[in-house]
Amino acid sequence: MIKANAELDCLGLYCPMPIAKTVEKMKELKPGEVLEILADDEGIKSDMPAWCEATGNEFLAIEDENGKFRIYIRKKEAK
Amino acid sequence: MKDKMTLILFSGDLDKAIAGFNLATAAASMGIEVVIFFTFWGLNIIRKEKKVSRTKGLKKKLFGIINKGGVNNLPLSRFHMSGIGTKMMKQLMKEMKFPPLAELMKLAKNLGVKFVACTTTMGMMGLTKDDLIPEVDAYAGAATYLANAGQSRINLFL
Repeated sequence: MIKANAELDCLGLYCPMPIAKTVEKMKELKPGEVLEILADDEGIKSDMPAWCEATGNEFLAIEDENGKFRIYIRKKEAK
Repeated sequence: MKDKMTLILFSGDLDKAIAGFNLATAAASMGIEVVIFFTFWGLNIIRKEKKVSRTKGLKKKLFGIINKGGVNNLPLSRFHMSGIGTKMMKQLMKEMKFPPLAELMKLAKNLGVKFVACTTTMGMMGLTKDDLIPEVDAYAGAATYLANAGQSRINLFL
């Protein structure tokens, strides 16, 4: 069980909204903190790791609860 | 060097504009610098609902009448059906909680996406700066596009 510092509800939202909302939400987090994202658009399984890879944030885990996804990402350390 | 992407929005069809702005917002969210060039019918996306400027010449005037602009007046590339199909698509998008194109454009703007209007086609269609929305960042031509595209790894034409 990963402990998150903040949560973001993206249930019912389609691409690119979960990613766009994640960008906004991540601004509120401090480096090293974990964001938990709830989403149910299948594309997020591929998109969130891709976004993390491109932005340097850390993709921690994804849990599939019957088509409802719980995603954990860690904000990158400030340079 | 920062990753860069350019999009040419040649089409003024609603579906193509949505696809373009979907990509633009996703790219900007990934930290990619995005420039969109609006040319030909794509100018309709960044036009105000009503034409402000007065056009000289009959051909241009007629063009202004039949070629409707404004983000809320764009037709679908298929199944527009005099507006019925397009209206249904907009309702469907609302039910899906997908933002309307105008919202998507605002989001893109907030993420730093640059809007560039092609001056050649503006002239061809009798449009002036006053006819376009204030969100347009620059008015330019092919050389500006090519200079930007040369620095970008992703260049798309819609």
